[in-house]
Amino acid sequence: MGAQKKRAAAAAAAARVSEDPDDLARQPLQAILLADSFTTKFRPITLERPKVLLPLVNVPMINYTLAWLEAAGVAEVFVFCCAHSKQVIDYLENSEWFSQPNFTVKTIESHNIISAGDALRLIYEQNVIHGDFVLISGDTVSNMSLTQALQEHKERKKKDNNAVMTMIIKKSKPSPITRQSRLGTDELFMAIDPNTKQLLYYEDKADHSKGTICLDKMLLAENPSISLHNDKQDCYIDICSPEVLSLFTDNFDYQHLRRHFVKGLLLDDIMGYKIFTHEIHSSYAARIDNYRSYDIVSKDIIQRWTYPYVPDVKFCGNRATKLERRGICFTAFNSEIEQSRSAQVGSFTVIGYGTKIGSNSKISDSVIGEGCTIGSNVLIEGSYIWDNVIIEDGCELRHVIVCDGVIMKAGAVLKPGVVLSFKVVIGERFVVPAYSKVSLLQQPTVHDSDEELEYADNSSGTVEFSSIQGTADQSNGEMTSESSEAHKPKLGTGGVGYIWSICEGGQEEEWRHSVAPIPEDKLTELSEAMDDDQELVTQDRTALSTSGELISDSNASEGDDNEDSKDDSVYFEKEVEATFLRAVEENVKVDHVILEVNSLRLSYNMTSADCAGAVFYSMMKLAIKTPHSSASELQQNTANIITTWQKLLKSYLLEIDEEIEIILKFEEMCLESAKEFSPLFARILHILYDKDILQEDAILRWADEKEGADESDKVFVRQSEKFIQWLREASEEED
Amino acid sequence: MSLSQLMLGPNVVLCNAASQTYPSCNTFTHALSFFNKIEGSQATARQTAELLRSVISQQRVPYTNQAGALIDAVKAIGEQLIAANPVELAVGNIVRRVLHIIREEDLSLTTAAIGGLNLSAVSDDENDDDRDGDSTLSAAAVAAAARSTLRPPSLQTLLEDTPVSAAVPQTSSSGAADKSSRSRKLKHDVIEAVNELIQDIVTCHEQIAEQAVEHIHQNEVILTLGSSRTVLEFLFAAKEKKRSFRVFVAEGAPRYQGHLLAKELVARGLQTTLITDSAVFAMISRVNMVIVGAHAVMANGGVIAPVGMNLVALAAQKHAVPFVVLAGSHKLCPLYPHNPEVLLNELRSPSELLDFGEFSDCMDFGSGSGSPLLHVVNPAFDYVPPKLVSLFITDAGGHNPSYMYRLIADYYSADDLVVQRRATAGN
Repeated sequence: MGAQKKRAAAAAAAARVSEDPDDLARQPLQAILLADSFTTKFRPITLERPKVLLPLVNVPMINYTLAWLEAAGVAEVFVFCCAHSKQVIDYLENSEWFSQPNFTVKTIESHNIISAGDALRLIYEQNVIHGDFVLISGDTVSNMSLTQALQEHKERKKKDNNAVMTMIIKKSKPSPITRQSRLGTDELFMAIDPNTKQLLYYEDKADHSKGTICLDKMLLAENPSISLHNDKQDCYIDICSPEVLSLFTDNFDYQHLRRHFVKGLLLDDIMGYKIFTHEIHSSYAARIDNYRSYDIVSKDIIQRWTYPYVPDVKFCGNRATKLERRGICFTAFNSEIEQSRSAQVGSFTVIGYGTKIGSNSKISDSVIGEGCTIGSNVLIEGSYIWDNVIIEDGCELRHVIVCDGVIMKAGAVLKPGVVLSFKVVIGERFVVPAYSKVSLLQQPTVHDSDEELEYADNSSGTVEFSSIQGTADQSNGEMTSESSEAHKPKLGTGGVGYIWSICEGGQEEEWRHSVAPIPEDKLTELSEAMDDDQELVTQDRTALSTSGELISDSNASEGDDNEDSKDDSVYFEKEVEATFLRAVEENVKVDHVILEVNSLRLSYNMTSADCAGAVFYSMMKLAIKTPHSSASELQQNTANIITTWQKLLKSYLLEIDEEIEIILKFEEMCLESAKEFSPLFARILHILYDKDILQEDAILRWADEKEGADESDKVFVRQSEKFIQWLREASEEED
Repeated sequence: MSLSQLMLGPNVVLCNAASQTYPSCNTFTHALSFFNKIEGSQATARQTAELLRSVISQQRVPYTNQAGALIDAVKAIGEQLIAANPVELAVGNIVRRVLHIIREEDLSLTTAAIGGLNLSAVSDDENDDDRDGDSTLSAAAVAAAARSTLRPPSLQTLLEDTPVSAAVPQTSSSGAADKSSRSRKLKHDVIEAVNELIQDIVTCHEQIAEQAVEHIHQNEVILTLGSSRTVLEFLFAAKEKKRSFRVFVAEGAPRYQGHLLAKELVARGLQTTLITDSAVFAMISRVNMVIVGAHAVMANGGVIAPVGMNLVALAAQKHAVPFVVLAGSHKLCPLYPHNPEVLLNELRSPSELLDFGEFSDCMDFGSGSGSPLLHVVNPAFDYVPPKLVSLFITDAGGHNPSYMYRLIADYYSADDLVVQRRATAGN
C-alpha cells in the first residue's frame, strides 16, 4: 500500500505540470489545521457544535479548508481538535476525507488546550511535522494556489535560515467602513519592506481615538524603505518552517498566533527570525471570525468568488446543486425541493435538498439548508437557515441565523441580528428583539465577555466549557422539556429556550459582529470618523499618508517646514508634559514612560534632542509645582525629581548636542516661564553634573558658545562661572 | 456514500490508480482535482476512457448476460462521473461510447455465434483464431462492419434487429464451455475496442490537422477566438505544408488565452495579429475564414464554445465568412441543447474579471440592504446555433451541421441517451 501511495503521489506530482516538480515531490507538504478558533464569538451556537462543523452555504466549514488544502497539494493534514473534539473526529471519520488517496487526514485530540499556542506546542511534542507546513484554522475559505508562495518561502529559507514564516495577505480597500462592514474586524496596519516583502510591523488593535500608530524608531533606522499599509487583509494562512513549532515551545507565553507570536517575533531582534508576506491578487482567501464575516464569506461563496468551491460544483461533502436563472442573477437549487408556484425565490439564494416552500413566501439573499419546511406567507431576507428547520406561516426573518431543528410558530418575527441556536422553539407571534441570541442552554455565569480573555492563561474558560458540553449532550433528551416549562413566557406561548442577556457594553458592540447590516446611524458615525481621519491627514503633514512610503531619513525634511514644526513642538511639549505628569501620578515605570515618549516623538516626527528638552522641561515644571517655601527647598525638590527620573532623561541624551539642548532649555525656562529657578541655575547645573546627566564637555561647550553672545544672554554663564572654572581646571588636571 | 468523493471540477483530471477494486466494495474511484492544472475535454475524455477500461477489466462477468453486467457496471460508474462534473460533456460522451462499444461487441459476437452454429464448430474456431491474431482488425473492424452492414439506421434494420436480439439468450444457454470462452472473449473484445477509442482520442488532433491543407489556402486570413489546442495543431499543419497565411487572434476575454495562442503561433513563424474581442466585427471583413474550437457539439449541430463565440459567428454570418468548427469526435454529444440534463453553462469566478481587493468596497454586504449593488457574472460558454456554423471538421472528416445527427447515430446507441436521466431520478 505504501508503495502504491508513493507511486500515486509521484504520478500526481508529475501531473501537476512542470512548475515545481522537485520541490513538492521531494517532501510531502504537511498542514496543521486548527479545528478550534479558541474564541467565543460564535456562542451560543458553539456550545453545542464546534465552529468548524457549522454549515457555510450548507457545507460544514472544515470541508472548504480541507478541499482547498487537498487542491493546493498538501499531502498530510493534522487536524487539531479541542472543543467538541468528538464531534469533529466523528464527522471526519464518516466523511470521505479519511479515504482519500494521496491525502491523509489525521486528528490530534486534546481537551485542556485553550489557545493556538498550546496546540502548536502539543503538536511539536508529538514530533509529526518534518518540513515546511501550512498553518491554517478550520474556518478559512480560500481558492488560492500555494505553489508560488511555497516556492518563495523555500527560496528565502535557502538563503536565510531565519525566514521562518510566510504570511498570506490580500488587498482590500483601506476605508474603515469597508473593513467593518466586510469582515467586522478592526483596521489592520502592516509595515512591509517593499523590496524583500519582509513584515516589519503588525498591529490589528490600533488606537483609533488617537488616529496615530507608533513605530519603533529602529524600524526606520534599519530599513532603507518601508511601506506602511492599511489596505491589506490578513488571510490567516501561513506557510511555516518547522522552527515555528519550536519557537512556540521556547516561548511558552505565546498564545495567540498574531497577537503574541507574530508581534513577538517582530519585536524580538535577538534571534533575528523574520516573517515575510505573500500577497495574493486574483484568488480569494478569508477567515470566518465572527457572525459578520460568516455572512460576508457566505455571500462571497454564492457570488462565486471562491470558485470552484461553490454550491453547484461538487467538491467533497456537498451535493451539487443546480443553478437556475432568476432574472439576471442566479440561484442555486437542488433538484428535489418542493416549491409552491406562488413562492418567490429571489436571486443569490441557495436552497438545500428536500426543502419545502409554501405559497406566497418570499426568499431572497438567503441560504436555506436541507429538509426545511417553510410555510406560506413567510418572508426570509438575508438569513441563514440550517437543516430541518420548521418555519410556520407568516413568520418574518431578516438577517438572522437559525440553527438546526428550530421551530418557529406561526407569526413569529426575528429582528435583524438574531441568532437562534439548536432546537429553539419560538412561540406564536413572538417578536425576538434585535441582536439577541437564543439558546436551549443557559448563559454561562462566568461569562467572558471580553474577547481578550479567550487567550488568557486562566483555565476557567475550559472548565466552564466542558461542563457545558455535558449539559449540551443531555439537553437533547429530557432537559429540553424541563427547561421549556421554566422559561415559557420568555419566548412566547410554546417557546423553548433562553434569551441570552447581552454582555456588558455589548449592546454598543453587538452590531459590529452580527449578520445584520450595519444600522444607518452607525454607518454615518463610521464615515464621519473616517472624514475626521482624512482631515487630520490634511492638517497634519507629518501624519502618515495611507500606505505611502516613508523614507527613513526624515531629518532632511526638518528645514522645510519650520512653521509646522514649531507648532508641533509646542504640542509635543504639552503631550510629553502630560505624559510625564500622569506617569508621576500613577507611578508608571520608567521604561513605559520612555516607550510612550518614543511613540509621541515618532508621531510628531521629533529628534531625541526635542525629547530631552521636553522631558527636562516637564521635570522642571513639576519641581516648581511641588509646594515649596524657600529656594533651598525648591532646589531639594528639583534634586529629588532629577534623581527619580534620571533614567528617563538619560535615555534621550545620546550625544552632547542633546545635553546642550537641555542647558539651553533650562536657560530659557529661567528667563521666561520659571523665573524662580534663575537664582538656582548654577546649583541645579551642578546637580545635573553630579547625576551624570550632563557631561563636562557639554557644559564647557555651552559656555564657549555663549562667549560671543549678548550681555543679557550671558547672565547664567556668569552665574555659573565658578562652576565652569572649576570644570576647566579639573579637565586640565586630568590632561 | 463513498463514491461521491469524486470531485471533478471543470479543470480536473480523473486519476486512475491501479488499486481500484470497484465491484467488491464500491470504493474504487477517486479523482484528483488540480487547480488550473490540466484542462481540456481531450484529457478528460482520455482519462474517462481509461478509467472505464479498468472498470471493465476488473468486472467479473457472470455466465449469462455478460454484456448486461458490463453495461450495468459502466453505467453505475458513468453516473457518478457525469454527476461529478456535469459541465464537461465529454465525460458523458465517453461513457455512452463505451456503452455503445459493449453493445456492438456483444452484437457482433452473437451474430458470429449464430453464423458459427449455422455453419460448423470448426469455422467458429477459425473465426476465433482470426480475431485473436489480429486484434486491431477484430474489434474495430467487426464493430465497424456491424455498424455499417448490420445496423444502418433504417426501418428495415430495426425490424431485422428484433430476431437478433431475441436470439441472445438462446445462444447463451446453448453450452457451458462455449459460454465461458465467449465471456472472456466479450471482455477482451470490449477492452480492445476501448483501447481503440483511447487511441482515437489521443490522435484526434493529428487527424483533424491532416485536413488543414484542404481548408486553408495560400494568402488567406484566418480568424480565431481564444485558444484551442485543436486549432493550434490545425494551423501548424497548414504551415508545415508550406501554406503561407495570416492569423487574427481575438484574445478571448476574460481568460485571455488568445495571448498564449498568439505566442505559440509566433513561435512557429506564423504571421499573427492580436485583436480584442470587441474588434472582431471591425476586422471580420478582411477575414477569409473563421476557424475555432468548441467545448461540445450537440446533436442538432449547435456548438457550446467559449464565451464570445456567438458574437464571432454572427459577425462571420453578416459578412458571409465561413465559420468552421474543429471538434474531436469525443466532443460530439448525443444530447440536444434543450435537454434539461445538459448543463449548458458554467459560471466561473468573478475574480477573472476584476480584482477582489480593488472592488471590495463595492462588495459591501454589511451596509444598506445587505445585498451588494455590484454583481459580477462570468459565464464560461456561449451557444452557437447550427445555422451559424458552416462546417464541422472532426477526425472523421468535414461535415455539415445537419449531418451531425448521423455521426452521432454511428457513435452512440439510442438506448444509452436516457441512461443519465434514469440514474439521476433513481438517485
